[in-house]
Amino acid sequence: MNVLLSIRDMKTSIGQYHVLHGVTFDVREGGVFVLLGRNGAGKTTTLRSIMGLWQPSPASITFKGQNIAGMTTADIARLGIAYVPENMGIFGGLTVQENLILATTKGRFDQIRLRRIYELFPALEQFWSKQAWALSGGQKQMLAVARAIIEPRDLILVDEPTKGLAPSIVAAMGEAFREIALTTTILLVEQNFNFARSLGRDMAVIDDGHVVHRGTMADFAADSDLQGKLLGLSA
Amino acid sequence: MKDSFGTVTVKATMLVIAALLLFAPFLFQDIRALEVAARICIFIVLVASFDLLIGYTGIVSFAHTMFFGFGAYGSAIALKQMGPGWDAVAAGTIAGIAVSLVVATAIGLVSLRVKAIFFAMITLAAASVVLVLASQLSQVTGGEDGITYRTPELFKTATKLAVDEDGKVLRWFGVKLNGKLAAYYFVFATSLLLFLLMLRITVSPFGTVLKAIRENEARAEAIGYRVVAYRTFVFCLSAVVASLAGSVYAIWLKYTGPDTALSFAIMIDILLMVVIGGMGTMWGAVIGAVLMVMAQYYLRDLMGAASEAVASVGVPFLPELLAPDRWLLWLGVIFILLVYFFPRGIAGTLMAKGIRK
Repeated sequence: MNVLLSIRDMKTSIGQYHVLHGVTFDVREGGVFVLLGRNGAGKTTTLRSIMGLWQPSPASITFKGQNIAGMTTADIARLGIAYVPENMGIFGGLTVQENLILATTKGRFDQIRLRRIYELFPALEQFWSKQAWALSGGQKQMLAVARAIIEPRDLILVDEPTKGLAPSIVAAMGEAFREIALTTTILLVEQNFNFARSLGRDMAVIDDGHVVHRGTMADFAADSDLQGKLLGLSA
Repeated sequence: MKDSFGTVTVKATMLVIAALLLFAPFLFQDIRALEVAARICIFIVLVASFDLLIGYTGIVSFAHTMFFGFGAYGSAIALKQMGPGWDAVAAGTIAGIAVSLVVATAIGLVSLRVKAIFFAMITLAAASVVLVLASQLSQVTGGEDGITYRTPELFKTATKLAVDEDGKVLRWFGVKLNGKLAAYYFVFATSLLLFLLMLRITVSPFGTVLKAIRENEARAEAIGYRVVAYRTFVFCLSAVVASLAGSVYAIWLKYTGPDTALSFAIMIDILLMVVIGGMGTMWGAVIGAVLMVMAQYYLRDLMGAASEAVASVGVPFLPELLAPDRWLLWLGVIFILLVYFFPRGIAGTLMAKGIRK
């Protein structure tokens, strides 16, 4: 299977702090790649560096064979990468409809994709004309994910989508990601290991700005000692 | 979605204002009223174009009167130099737009990357430079005295648009169908067209992008919008509309000087109108312009009448307080009350009330 995104020895500094010290991993086309790690390990910084929101070291990120390190965030997004940040990144002052139309390239909806979104997240159809700030936390997360898939994308970066959500919403979100992953590659940062295990095909663990483990999720899920060592999870 | 009661109220008010402005020459048959109506039309466009910047995109600029001045001086200089023809109007208007576009693009590309406060300072500096230049280049601009000129034949008061059997100017509902009437409807039609154009922009996907940029630039970038390009484009668009408003004002007034086209007092008026009407809503520009211009023209008269009324009853101290000379004090009080009771401006607060949450 082809490599879609390749990260090689990526170093990122935020101000005077060196956060990533040489991150290396490959994301293959299709399925869900999960990036795991403790708080402060550098997972969010990795996603933000890929999106160009933080400036990574030169020539450290290749997407579909093209070096994207140093490109502007807008240009990276236009290459077909969508980003769902930890704080959801929606526009609270705009309606659900306006939030979604922003993510379309021609300013109008592909009705087939829109129907698919309604099926995945029925609440969005119900609150179509409502301002986004008035949605619940789960609905906001649905809107953020819907915005990432309203147009065809090659890669979606998702940062901790289950944080602070009720179990029923987490389950619905899991179903949605499973379906999205059939057609789009997802790079998922997640603290909820059970959620990550249920979705992931490939994975990496990041610690103190380095990738300390790479492999398949099936192998990692089967090795409780390794989970304990790298993530502090008890068997 | 059904409109809230507040939105219906605002839209109904818009219809009333539009009707009053459309029939102003027939409803208020005196020169001063026509001056007020024309000024309202032009300031609606000017304030709405400023709201595209501050209300829709979150750009704070103090150079809006500069672009208004480019348009006004463009037309004024062309009419003075080339004579009162339509070719001069066209040349002056196009020159005003061209200068506005060049200056707006230069300011935008150089400084829209920097923080909002620095951008505001740069626009303030640019506006100051142009104001000083207009005063000092007196051979071209007329200096502090400004320029007086003639406008095309159609807009001369003596021009008869229609005549009766005796060859006298025809009257319609008591109003002379002359050049003054043509000039007013030129101002009205141009202002309406420009306002509708801006209204269309704000409800288009482009308008949604502007609102997204206002809310969070980084998020807008992350979904693929080149924020600097959008900000520069809207700055240029707003400058062009302000320039057109300036050209129309110059044609209406037949005089252009620093006080009517470039002064910081106009900039403050625009800011007050935007705040009173409500930022981020085109309707707010209409309400703000109407209230502010009416207050500027009629508050003194109203206070004079009120002062006389309370004096005749024998109330002490109050006649002094309501003396017409204190109109600015009362305008300030009214402004504070409006901001207190309508924190998002009149249109903004009314439209937010009763909205479905």
